[in-house]
Formats: sequence, structure tokens, C-alpha cells
Amino acid sequence: MKMVVVMMIMMVMAMVSEANMIEQTCKETPDFNLCVSLLDSDPRGSSADTSGLALILVDKIKGLATKTLKEINTLYKKRPELKQALDECSRRYNTILKADVPEAIEAISKGVPKFGEDGVIDAGVEAAVCEGDFKGKSPLTSLTKSMQKVSNVARAIVRMLL
Amino acid sequence: NYVVDLEASHHVYNRLTQSSNIKSPSVNQPYRTGFHFQPPKNWMNGPMIYKGIYHLFYQWNPKGAVWGNIVWAHSTSTDLINWDPHPPAIFPSEPFDINGCWSGSATILPDGKPVILYTGIDPKNQQVQNIAEPKDLSDPYLVEWKKSPLNPLMAPDAVNGINASSFRDPTTAWLGHDKKWRVIIGSKIHRRGLAITYTSKDFLKWEKSPEPLHYDDGSGMWECPDFFPVTRFGSKGVETSSFGEPNEVLKHVLKISLDDTKHDYYTIGTYDRVGDKFVPDKGFKMDGTAPRYDYGKYYASKTFYDSAKNRRVLWGWTNESSSVEDDVEKGWSGIQRLRMKQVNLRNKVLNSRSRLEVYGVTAAQADVEVLFKVRNLEKADVIQPSWTDPQLICSKMNVSVESGLGPFGLMVLASKNLEEYTSVYFRIFKARQNSNKYVVVMCSDQSRSSLEEDNDKTTYGAFVDINPRQPLSLRALIDHSVVESFGGRGRACITSRVYPKLAMGKNSHLFAFNYGSQSVDVLSLSAWSMKSAQIS
Repeated sequence: MKMVVVMMIMMVMAMVSEANMIEQTCKETPDFNLCVSLLDSDPRGSSADTSGLALILVDKIKGLATKTLKEINTLYKKRPELKQALDECSRRYNTILKADVPEAIEAISKGVPKFGEDGVIDAGVEAAVCEGDFKGKSPLTSLTKSMQKVSNVARAIVRMLL
Repeated sequence: NYVVDLEASHHVYNRLTQSSNIKSPSVNQPYRTGFHFQPPKNWMNGPMIYKGIYHLFYQWNPKGAVWGNIVWAHSTSTDLINWDPHPPAIFPSEPFDINGCWSGSATILPDGKPVILYTGIDPKNQQVQNIAEPKDLSDPYLVEWKKSPLNPLMAPDAVNGINASSFRDPTTAWLGHDKKWRVIIGSKIHRRGLAITYTSKDFLKWEKSPEPLHYDDGSGMWECPDFFPVTRFGSKGVETSSFGEPNEVLKHVLKISLDDTKHDYYTIGTYDRVGDKFVPDKGFKMDGTAPRYDYGKYYASKTFYDSAKNRRVLWGWTNESSSVEDDVEKGWSGIQRLRMKQVNLRNKVLNSRSRLEVYGVTAAQADVEVLFKVRNLEKADVIQPSWTDPQLICSKMNVSVESGLGPFGLMVLASKNLEEYTSVYFRIFKARQNSNKYVVVMCSDQSRSSLEEDNDKTTYGAFVDINPRQPLSLRALIDHSVVESFGGRGRACITSRVYPKLAMGKNSHLFAFNYGSQSVDVLSLSAWSMKSAQIS
């Protein structure tokens, strides 16, 4: 019985200290709440080191880019008058998926976080450019703003690896 | 009371992209350089000379315009201007480099044979050091290279405790009095940046020295270290292993690239050959406070000793300031940086608030040097004591801000009506009220360089160690999307990348200007239209 109690206490302590890793890391980012919610919701978050946490965020960038591209596709039919801006956004978000994300993954995994930083920063840049093209009448604002926020958090974590 | 408090964050929009569709560069390429080295497409980063032919090896991504899938691409030249491309020299082929062939350096052995030490990425994504040598020494172009089965020659393990993701960029090796080779490799332990030293008698079996050549706490990862001797007097180059002539005083230079700030820094000091230690001279610290080769966009530089001309040549890498999508569209990213028709002006006066256009030169591809003479030095404003960062001074005061003396300089890659321009200029301050000491600031201002919004238009600045009582020289190498500026004949250098939408090609203009309160004399202005070199 004592053994079971000791083990349970150890498990709880382990869980608490894993949660602390995420909290400690997220404290050093510009958006603690967003950071924690992204990392906590991912099953890999609880046992990841800083590199691992950075890769989870790159994954979130990838997911968000995919989601945004889907939204862009539905908008072509709903808002045909926005075709030009949607085309530009499509190019920008494809760049995030085909260039920034693979670059960041390779760089973080191989120990040159500098190029990972470039990749995640650019994800935010591409989102901002896309948003700007609508000249104030964007149907994608919440998605592009999300990308910029995630990019900022990801950048802060990647910089911890430098 | 000026409070210069901004954080000029150096946005490194180093974009390189890995796209699985290799995009053919679009036909319209207004930003490709005419005389700066760049790959035909995709991304780039040891230079050397062998049998009279210069070799440039650079980090290349064959699959796209971002960093990734890195191999050693290879070009040769007889004049450092025109280049012939060759197939990649080193690319992943063995476990010791299967996940990447990263930076390294060439060493010319005493018998004249060149060898390359480079960082390879192994199957576990660990950074290791390998050797490669030419397959056929009778091929002057050294196209093919072979790798030793003894690789990796240096690797992190439990005994040496080297950080496996922070162990890269071996330098050119040098010989000690004991006939042993030394090489340094960049590394870090937490926030301590260091240059790990390895020694070898035969260039194959290497031993880690117990102490690094040098280190600094807090500077972070040391990338691309470079270590070489210089003469105390005179300007000839010194071979890397040289002990100097009998009565010659040699100093050594240690240069590093800091991951944290993405700048290159150097310190001058003494090489203690007994302890294998580098001791910076008084006043130098090998961290982000050290002087830089270039105060703009410039990284991962490396020198080599040019035995043909007894000089040491420096190569640097300047990446893009545009977004990745733009780089993918262009199909290329990154340049390496080094005269035709000439226009001359002499003895002109640039009055306050005036501009002078330079005609007759291809303003998008030019080399322009101007010699200014300042009168009325006593009219210079006093510098604020808190203004210790020249980049902040330049960022806070753009060309529309008038000082006693300055801004005066050049506007390059300018559109006719100045909707777009890049300005490179001086401001002169008094060091203190009633002082006869002056501070000269040089700025490279990209903030109005392009109507395109998503470029990195960070302003750069540097202090120039020149006496403003003497004529001040300002030189700019302008090459479509790059401006390399030299103040005081190279006492300060600033490189920047710009992408004008209007001021391209024939629509590009060149002006000398003076927006300060006092007139400035233009003793001479020479501008050469540069011919396009064969780059790739």
C-alpha cells in the first residue's frame, strides 16, 4: 500500500514537473496563454525538450497554414470578387507549407536553429502580406492574425536553442 | 532631450526555401546581381587558390531557394570576377554526411595538396567533422573529391562531452613549431561560445585539446570561426601557418559568426603558441561588442590566403531581405560578395539642402567613389553621451533630419522623383561641447528603398574612425539588389539588400546629396558603369 502511495506521489510529481517545463518555456514567449494551450493540447508536449517544443509549434504552423488554405479555397466560390487577393494568399501560404515548415523542421532537428528561426519568422511575414492584400476588407483576418501570433511564440522558443 | 531607445532588431529574413518543384527562375529578373557571385538558382555559403585557379565552394540547396539539403557547390575563376560552375564537389553519400554536408574550410598542405575539412550530419543528426581530398590532382579544376573511410575524424562522444548539435565549421588548419596541425571548430556549452581545438600529426588522426583556443561566456554559439595571422605593419597577407619573418611582428585575428545576432565579429590579439591560446588585445572582447567586418547584412565570412598575390581575401555571405515567397518566385537566394565606363566630377559644392544627379552611368550596376571635404567643422552638433550605438543613431534620424554637418552622401538605386532610394551618408558630431574631437557616423538607410512593404528595410550604421579635417571618402558598389558601402576607404563597411519596384535597371538614378545645414565640397566623384561578369 505504501508502495502504491509512493508511486502515485511520484507520478503526480512527474506530471507536475513536466507541466512546469511547458510553463517555464512559455513564460519566456510573448503570449504565455497561447503558448501553453498549443503545447498542452499536444500529446508530445509533456515529454518534449526545448527542441521538441519548438517542433510542436512548427507543426501548429503547418496545421494552421493547411486550414487557412482550405478556407481560401472555399472563399473562391463565396467571394469571387476577391480572386486576386486570394491568389496571392494562396501563394503565400503555400510558401509556408512548402518552404518555411520543411526548413524549420530540418534546421531544428539538425541543430542549426538559426534557419529554423528564419522559417518561423517568415510564416508570420507571409501571413501579414496576405492580410495586407485585402486592404482592410479581409475575410481571413482571424486566421492571419493567429498565424502571426503563433509565429511570434515559435520564434521565441526557437531562439532559446541558439 | 533625445532618448534613443529603440531596438533596432536585425530582421534576418534569410529565406531560403525548399520546394519540391524546382522552379525555373522567371525570365524577368531585375534583382539578380551583375558582379556579385550568386548561384544560378537556389541557396548558397571554403574559398582557396590552387595552381593559379581560385575556387569558391558554397553551401547550396539543389532543391529550392531556402536552406536545406545542403551540398558543397563549386565554381572556379582566374580573376575572382568571372566564374565557371562545376558539379557539386561534396554531397551526402556516406553515413558520416548522409544528412548534410555543411560548412568547412580548405587547407593547403605543405606539399601543395588541398584538403577540405567539413561538418557532416550523420544518421543520428549529429554534427561530425570529415575530410575530403581531390580525386585527381592533375585536374586544375579539382572537380571530383573523395572522402576518407576513416571519417568522421572528429565526433562528439560521451568522453569528450561535446554538444552534438553545436559542433561545426572547422577552420583552415595551421602548423605549430612541433609540426602538429591545429584546427578549431565552433561550439557552445550552454551560453558559452567556444573554439574547440584539435591537433594532429598526419591530418587524419586528431586529438581534442583539453582547452579551447578561446571562449566567451554569454555570447552563445560560435559559428564559422576563422583564425589567421596579420602583420603588425604593412598590408600584405600572411600565410595561415606562418611564424612571420625574423624581424616581423605578427598579430592574430580571431573571427566568429554569432548565431544570436547574425553578425560577424573579430578581435585582434596574440597567439600563445605554447599554451595554444588566443589572447585578445586590451580592449577587445570576443562577443557582440567586438568590431565587425561589415555593419550590414553580412555573415559566415571566411578568409583565405591568396599565395598568387600575397594577400588575404575575405568572402562573405549576404542573404536576402525579401520574403521567402519572393525568393521562390525569383528562384534564387543569397549572394557572395567582390569597371567599365567612367564618369568624373571634380570640385563641386553641395550646398545645404541640395542634390546632384550623376548622369552617364548605369546606376543599377555601378561603382561610385566620392571624396567630400567639410568646411566649418565648428558647426557640428554635439553628440549626445547616450548615443553609443550608431545603428540607433541612423535609425532614429533619417535623411530628412538636418544636423549641423550632415547628412551628406549618396542616394543610390533611386527613382527619378525619389519615391524610392537607398541613402548612404555621413553625419559628423563633436565629441563634446568645446571639444576638437569629432565622431563620424556612417549610415546605410534602406527605409525608403522600396515601395514593397514586406522586405526587411532595417537601417544600418557604423562609427568611422577617420579625421573629418581630412577629406572623407565614401564608396558604393551598386548591383541591382545589393549596395556595399565603404566609409573612409574601408574603415567601416555596410552591406545591404534592397528590392526597388521603380528604381530598377534603366529607371535607376544616382545622386550625391547634402541635407545638412552647412555646404560640403565634393573634391571628386568617380562613377564606373560595371560590366556584367559571368557568374554562373
